[in-house]
Amino acid sequence: MTTTESRPTERKPAQLVDMSWDPITRIIGNLGIYTKIDFANREVVECHSTSSLFRGYSVFMKGKDPRDAGFITSRICGICGDNHTTCSNYAQQMAYGVKPPKLAEHITNLGEAAEYIFDHTIFQDNLVFVDFCEAMVKATNPGVLARAERTAAPRGDIHGYRTIADIMKAFNPFEGEVYKEALKVSRITREMFCLMEGRHVHPSTLYPGGVGTMPQPNTFTDYLSRLMRVIDFIKKAVAMNDDVFDFFYEALPGYEEVGKRRILLGCWGAFQNPDVVDYRYATMNEWGRAMYVTPGVIVDGQLVTNNLIDINLGLRIMLGSSFYEDWVNEEPFVTHDPLGNPVDMRHPWNQTTVPVPQKRDFEGNYSWVMSPRWYHPATGEHLALDTGGGPLARLWSTALSGLVDTPYVKATGGAIRITLPRGEKLPETTLEWRIPKWSNTLERDRARPYFIAYAAAMALQFLDEAMGMLRNGDTKVYENFEVPDESIGCGFHEAVRGVLSHHLVIRDKKIANYHPYPPTPWNASPRDIYGTPGPYEDAVQGQPIFEENGPDDFKGVDIMRTVRSFDPCLPCGVHMYMGKGKTLTTVHSPTYGANHG
Amino acid sequence: MTTQSGTTEVQGEPSRAEAREGFDEITILWISEGMSCDGDTVSLTAAGQPSIEDVVLGLIPGLPKVNLVNKVLSPSLGGEDFLAPYRAAARGELEPFILVIEGSIPNQNIIEGDGYWTSFGNHPDTGEPQTLNEWIDDLAPRAWAVVAAGTCATFGGIHAMAGNPTGCMGLADYLGWDFKARSGLPVVNVPGCPIQPENFMETLVWVLQHAAGGAPPPPLDHMLRPQWLFGKTVHEGCDRAAYYEQADFARDYNSPKCQVKVGCWGPVVNCNVPKRGWMAGIGGCPNVGGICIGCTMPSFPDAFMPFMDEPPGGTLSTMVIRPYGAVIRRLRGLTNDMVNHEPRWRHNKRKLTSGYDPHWRA
Repeated sequence: MTTTESRPTERKPAQLVDMSWDPITRIIGNLGIYTKIDFANREVVECHSTSSLFRGYSVFMKGKDPRDAGFITSRICGICGDNHTTCSNYAQQMAYGVKPPKLAEHITNLGEAAEYIFDHTIFQDNLVFVDFCEAMVKATNPGVLARAERTAAPRGDIHGYRTIADIMKAFNPFEGEVYKEALKVSRITREMFCLMEGRHVHPSTLYPGGVGTMPQPNTFTDYLSRLMRVIDFIKKAVAMNDDVFDFFYEALPGYEEVGKRRILLGCWGAFQNPDVVDYRYATMNEWGRAMYVTPGVIVDGQLVTNNLIDINLGLRIMLGSSFYEDWVNEEPFVTHDPLGNPVDMRHPWNQTTVPVPQKRDFEGNYSWVMSPRWYHPATGEHLALDTGGGPLARLWSTALSGLVDTPYVKATGGAIRITLPRGEKLPETTLEWRIPKWSNTLERDRARPYFIAYAAAMALQFLDEAMGMLRNGDTKVYENFEVPDESIGCGFHEAVRGVLSHHLVIRDKKIANYHPYPPTPWNASPRDIYGTPGPYEDAVQGQPIFEENGPDDFKGVDIMRTVRSFDPCLPCGVHMYMGKGKTLTTVHSPTYGANHG
Repeated sequence: MTTQSGTTEVQGEPSRAEAREGFDEITILWISEGMSCDGDTVSLTAAGQPSIEDVVLGLIPGLPKVNLVNKVLSPSLGGEDFLAPYRAAARGELEPFILVIEGSIPNQNIIEGDGYWTSFGNHPDTGEPQTLNEWIDDLAPRAWAVVAAGTCATFGGIHAMAGNPTGCMGLADYLGWDFKARSGLPVVNVPGCPIQPENFMETLVWVLQHAAGGAPPPPLDHMLRPQWLFGKTVHEGCDRAAYYEQADFARDYNSPKCQVKVGCWGPVVNCNVPKRGWMAGIGGCPNVGGICIGCTMPSFPDAFMPFMDEPPGGTLSTMVIRPYGAVIRRLRGLTNDMVNHEPRWRHNKRKLTSGYDPHWRA
């Protein structure tokens, strides 16, 4: 690792300051970050993240009609509720033994593609990039901004900005050109979403067994025309992001250490292949590998497995720091999976949620969330996998497996090639995302616009296939089913910010047990019974500080960039804390009302 | 000015007893730390008629300058920096402000000993999590107006369903249905799970115009909902309603017809979404194939579950309309067939048969 003149090479006596940010802004849900920072050696020595919300989905869903699960679980998340509905319907389809018509799968995939494009755009351009905008860089690294003003943007011929600083200015909140355009684009893409799933955030047309969306020619042409209206915006976004992140590596040598952690990535796969999927547990490995985003567990850069059955059996929900009673002495719901493999007591199928609200005790229990881990059979470790914010793990896993080979997207083992057609101003463009050297803050953020391109490219294929079916008169979108007396199901999907699985147990035609595991518990989990910290803490702890401000006017932008790179979405809840923070206040522009410090 | 023609002079004052000066500037303090999913904040960003940035940038005439404080959109890095205006408002040093609450309000009283269901920052004195309830108790009495965004905040919503462990409720349940903010307005309820983006923005703009002194208070119904948005049912605005009248019902979700027999509650739910679409006229629920599950209603979700079964009342009402619908549909079929024929005089023969007579006089 290279060092900079601003980073000491020898360790000085520590100058520790408690710093906390609670609540964190520009994320979904409530999250607090509590750190100890050593200003003498300019690094974060300790980090805990906390979120405090309990709503009790798995408690109040017990005894309800299982067909209601998709409608209810959508309400878990207010930015990717449709991911929950989709995942719930996958789990229900397994439990009911029903396979939706192919066209329904295309419509669901198109809805999910629009969600990825919308959500990643608004998150990257309107929330994440505020940390990289001119106003923020001026306040935290004036030296870097000065350099950015002198640095020509290498990809200016694509995005139209002359210098790196010009790009940064375009992201200034509520005023910058790209910031404002991204809000408008996020509306066009949500219109695309509504064409497929009825309404945004909590979809109205998704059912177990298929969709209620009427497949008419304009259903798809309305979607296509909107997609083509944003296609150049997507190409520009990739170019602007690459320019800014490359510049950061160059302007701040050593920035790769920010938010870096051991490569432990999980991806549960997205975009079912309608020709292969039948939702049977026995064939889950086959149809899981046929998904257009390949599932996988990646440890130290190596693919451990892309078999969803292995992935499912390795899930362990740990306690250690959470406000719940353990369920280990309860009756198990599921002792063996449908193939006869033993199912662990700590698997979501067997989980019982008994909330015990109590005082936050940072030495003991301090969290409303449990700690999902993946049991690595070869090493016996309980791995705190992260999702890289979603796109990083999806691209990495898909690239390594090398299974996706479609007209617009190809996985090549070490990279992914994405081809986008000609737009209003820019020609047909082939983008290549290559597996990076690190799992760190900048690479998590860089992967996001590439995945927007990936989703847009896949949408073009789903449109082609859906329109082909429609023209052939194949318009069935829903398959009837009976709810069995007793059954189990699991659904695997990618929420926007990463792995999502739903686990369902039916008895007497009612929900006996239901546990959703969204990405945020994985990313932001508290220390488990073995003391293993969750990925946020792990990524922030030990990271260097590049901000030029001292303790008195410290903003913590490097820390915030790391936390936001995971795309936190806290309604699914996390909670960690350490130390009594000396709280920090800073003053901000009065336009946003924060002038009453 | 003289008014010889009997016209009355146009008043420069609003025609209300409590005429007052409007505000030039107002802050919106938005708290989504109820038991929420932040879906109402996200929905707000979908509105284009008007958009939130139009309001914040002062592009809508007749509004005060608006300072929006919302966690998801705040450029602040967070923590006390972000909380500063909330703290100032709680101390009485920030006026006027509109308090927007998103999410269900938990019942802290059922917790024995220490603990909390949801919090927003830490208490400055103790460092313990500051509960949502404490914030509401501090801010609601000082707020110029209080708005509940989404069904969770209005009535309790999903998290308040039977069997819930948190005892949560809506904001008016918590503050009292007779609560009045400083403006004299009760809690303004904008239900929807999530809010229909334009419904919310339209209501907010009305409240802001009222704050500016340029509009009367928005008319609310007995459940404190904007009357003009929630005064009609889903069915009354649904483009599938004609199928109901003809007793032509979908038997599963493959059909473009009325979905009342496969779980749609549209005929009895107060909501304008099918008429309005979801955003910019696109999407919706029953109009585009999604059953209405009553997500805007005080009794949501329990009264409507299981969602995919026919509503109990639907069995009777569809039976009653069946004979009428069957007759009407057939008669319309006959007439439709008739009007599908062109008149006889449109032909290419050598004789005009349209009835034209050049010497005809009336």
